[in-house]
Amino acid sequence: MKARVHVTLKKGVLDPQGKAIGNQLSALGFGGIGDVRQGKFIEIELAETDAARAREAVKQMCEKLLANTVIENYAIELS
Amino acid sequence: MKAAVVVFPASNCDRDAAVALEKITGRKPAMLWHGDATVPDGVDLIVLPGGFSYGDYLRSGAMAAHSPVMAEVKRRAKAGTPVLGICNGFQILTEAGMLPGALMRNAGLKFVCRPVKLKVETSQSIFTNKYAAGDVIEIPVAHHDGNFFADDETLDRLEGEGRVAFRYAEGTNPNGSARDIAGIFNESKTVLGLMPHPERVIEPLLGGTDGRAVFESLMAAIG
Repeated sequence: MKARVHVTLKKGVLDPQGKAIGNQLSALGFGGIGDVRQGKFIEIELAETDAARAREAVKQMCEKLLANTVIENYAIELS
Repeated sequence: MKAAVVVFPASNCDRDAAVALEKITGRKPAMLWHGDATVPDGVDLIVLPGGFSYGDYLRSGAMAAHSPVMAEVKRRAKAGTPVLGICNGFQILTEAGMLPGALMRNAGLKFVCRPVKLKVETSQSIFTNKYAAGDVIEIPVAHHDGNFFADDETLDRLEGEGRVAFRYAEGTNPNGSARDIAGIFNESKTVLGLMPHPERVIEPLLGGTDGRAVFESLMAAIG
């Protein structure tokens, strides 16, 4: 089983990198660029075959290491 | 005082910290490796130095916060042993949950490496008793992720409990840090994390002596 984790900054947390990316996109001539937020994508191979257990394990991984929940949210996809 | 400095892979201010400690306390600190499972008996100050532990992978301090030695550092801190985290050490302390908040990318996105003016917020701590509250001192910063963030409730609590140790002087905030915060204490004020590097300004030859008082305060408090 494979887990895909998206880690993003929480709403209201300033994202200077996202802002810089947005400015650069506008500078490249892409019109209509609104707010840009950047984050991390982490892919994990798991030996676990039960989806519920896998989700619980990945949630623990996010809470302990993959995300800093003071500033970041995470979303988990399993396949 | 029997100090110990923890060395993580890619720490780079560990020896500066060791020199400062030796010069001011007269005693060489123990150097601990991140993989050590124990801290020597009798250690009464643990320093987490500056640097780029584990290459800043994932987030600054995130990997180091879970290294074997940190479990013991946490235990000692809980038992009251003072812990001083400088720069990357501050980042590690927040990632380890030993201090609140998080240190994010500098608001200006640039690595900032220069002396900054700091206001000492309190002299009522083992780390700052040789300063006077309100003193403005000059200490260098050198970081990419020094933008202190915490929710308003946490910031109010830190201020209300006198747990802000240092702020960037008004109008000189180098990184976008919330409420100009440069360094904070834990609840018992036995753990201090700060972004500036006091160990770099301990003698005139190094460009200043404003950092000495941090170590002299610890000497006065711990002996």
